[in-house]
Amino acid sequence: MAAPHLNTEAEEQLQGLAREESQFRQFVRRFARNKLAVVGLVILIIFYAVAIFAPFIASEPLDARVNLAERFQPPGSPGHPLGTDNLGRDLLSRMIWGSRISLSVGFVAMGVAVLLGTLVGSIAGYYGGTWIDIILMRIAEAIDVIPVFFLLVTVVSVLEPSVYNIMIVIGLTSWPGLAYIVRGQFLSLRQRDFTEASRAMGATDARLIFRHILPNAVAPIIVSATLRIGGAILSEAGLSFLGLGAPPPAVSWGQILSVSRTFLKQAPWLMFWPGLAIFITVLAFNFVGDGIRDALDPKLKR
Amino acid sequence: MARYLTKRILNMIPLLFIVTLLSFGIMQLAPGGPEYVILSAEADAMSDPQQVEALREKWGLNDPVHIQYFRWVGNMLQGDFGKSYYYRLPVKEVLASALPNTIRLNFFALVLIYAISIPLGVISAVRQYSKTDMIVTATAFAGQAAPSFWVASLLIWGVAMNSGGLIPTNGISTPGITFETYGWLSVLADRAKYMFLPLIVIVFGGLTGLTRYMRSSMLEVLREDYVRTARAKGLAEKVVIYKHALRNAVLPILAVSGGLLSSLVGGSVIIENVFSWPGIGRVAWQAVNNRDYNVSMAVMLLSAVLTMIGYLLVDIAYVWVDPRIKYD
Repeated sequence: MAAPHLNTEAEEQLQGLAREESQFRQFVRRFARNKLAVVGLVILIIFYAVAIFAPFIASEPLDARVNLAERFQPPGSPGHPLGTDNLGRDLLSRMIWGSRISLSVGFVAMGVAVLLGTLVGSIAGYYGGTWIDIILMRIAEAIDVIPVFFLLVTVVSVLEPSVYNIMIVIGLTSWPGLAYIVRGQFLSLRQRDFTEASRAMGATDARLIFRHILPNAVAPIIVSATLRIGGAILSEAGLSFLGLGAPPPAVSWGQILSVSRTFLKQAPWLMFWPGLAIFITVLAFNFVGDGIRDALDPKLKR
Repeated sequence: MARYLTKRILNMIPLLFIVTLLSFGIMQLAPGGPEYVILSAEADAMSDPQQVEALREKWGLNDPVHIQYFRWVGNMLQGDFGKSYYYRLPVKEVLASALPNTIRLNFFALVLIYAISIPLGVISAVRQYSKTDMIVTATAFAGQAAPSFWVASLLIWGVAMNSGGLIPTNGISTPGITFETYGWLSVLADRAKYMFLPLIVIVFGGLTGLTRYMRSSMLEVLREDYVRTARAKGLAEKVVIYKHALRNAVLPILAVSGGLLSSLVGGSVIIENVFSWPGIGRVAWQAVNNRDYNVSMAVMLLSAVLTMIGYLLVDIAYVWVDPRIKYD
C-alpha cells in the first residue's frame, strides 16, 4: 500500500477517519515521525538483543576466571576492546552479562508498580470520596513522602539483597505516582455516560472497573510507566553502586561502577563505560516514553 | 487562612501514623526478627540462649508486637529515638550532628537550581526552537538520564584529580582551618571548595526537571490573552515577558518544589556517600550496613517529616502568592 503524503495533523486525522484506519496504525505512524523516539527504540532493541543473546556474544563466560596477569588492560588492548577490570576479566563481556540485570530491572519493577498502582488507583478512583479512597490515598502518600532512596536502602538491606528482591522492592516503592494518575482518570471516567449506561444495565462494580473504565485509562498508564522505567533502572544502579545490589557472581552495570570507585585513578574506563550504558538506556527510555505520549495524544504535544 | 492551615496540619497526622507503621513494619521483616538485629550488636550474647532470653526480656521483645510498636512511638513522642549500636550514642545525637550538613548542602543546591532553571526555562520558551532552546532541552534530557554517581565519578576523575589538590574529592572541610586560626575568609573559601563538586552534581540532576517544567509553563502563559493585550498596548517585550508573563509562569514551579525537595533529600544518600559528606544520607547508609536499625527507622521517619514540612511550606507559599486560590 502506497502511503499518501500527508501534511497537516488535521488533514491526516480526516483521512484517517475516512479510511477508518485503525488506531494502532495511526499511533505507529505518529510515533515513527518522532526521530528521537525512533532512535531510542532502535537503541533499546539492540541493547535488549545483546542481553538476550549474551551467551553467544560475550567473549568470556559469566564466571570468567580471575587472571591477574591481565588486570587493568586499557581499552583497545588485543582481545579487550573496552579493557579489563581489577581481576583481569574482559570489561565488555562483563557489561554484556551485566545488561541482563540492568535491563530486566526496569521491566520487572515497572510491572509490579503498574499492577499495584492500577489496582489501587482504580479502586480509589471508582470509590472516590469514600473511606476506601481516603485510606488508599493516605497509604500512597505515606510511601511517597519517604524519600525513595531512604526507603529502598532500608528495605533492601533488611531483605538480603538479591536480584528479585531488588526488582520487587523498587516496584513496591514506585507505585504511588501511577496510582494518582489512574485515580484521576477514574474520577473523570466514572461520571461519563457510558459508565452510567452500563451501571443502569446492571453491571457489577468489578465489571465496570475492569471492563469499562480501565481500558479507557490505558494510554496514560503506558506513558507514565515507560517514562518511569528509566527511574527504576537508575534506582537499581544506585543501590548496586552503594554496595546493596545483587551479590556476585551476579553482575550489573551499577555493580561494575561500584567496584570502579576503588580504581578510579588506575582504570577510569571501569567507571566510564558502564555509566555511559546506563545513561544511554535511560535516555532511550525517556525518548520512547515521550514519543508514545505524543503519538497517543497529539493534543498534549508542545 | 488559619482554618486552611489547621486542616492541612491535621491531615498530616494520619500520614505520619502510616509512616511510623511502615518504618516499624520494615524492621519486623528482618530475617530472624528484629531481636537478632538488636542482639547481634550486643556482641557474643548470641551464643548463650540464656543470655538471649535475658536480653529479649530486657528489650521487651517478648511483648506482643503491637505493644512494642506503641512503646516505640510513645518513646519517640517524648523525644527518645532509642540508641545507636554503631555509634554507641543516642540516635538523637547522631541525627543532630548530621542533619545541619545535609540541610546546608541542599539549601545552596536549591537556591542554585531555582536561580539557574527559571531564567533558562524562560529563555528557552521565549526563543522556542532556537539553538539556545535546543541546547537547553538537550542538557535537560541529559541531566535526567545521567546517574548522579556517574556524573560525580566523572567529575572526581576529570576535574578533582587534575586540579592538583585544589578541589577536594571528599569531606566537608580541611581539618585545622577554623575561624580562630585562619580568619573567616579562608574558612569560607575552604568550605566552598569542599562544596563545589557535590553542588555541581546535585544542581545538574535537579535542574533538568525544573527547567523543562518552567519552559512549558512559560510557553503556555505566552499564549494567554493578557500577554497579547500587554503586547498590543505597546509594552516593551522585556516588560511583557519579565513583568507580565514570568509572574504567572513561575507559580506552577512552586507547586513542584515539594517533590524536588524530596528527591534532593533522597539523592543525598548517594551524593553524601560519594563525597564522604557527613550528613543524614551517609548516616542512613552506614546504619543500613551496620544493621543499626534504630537509626534507620529514625532517619526514615525524619526524612518523611522533613518532606512533609516541605510540602506544607510549598502549599502555604502557593496560597500566599496566588490570590486566585481560595483556601477553605
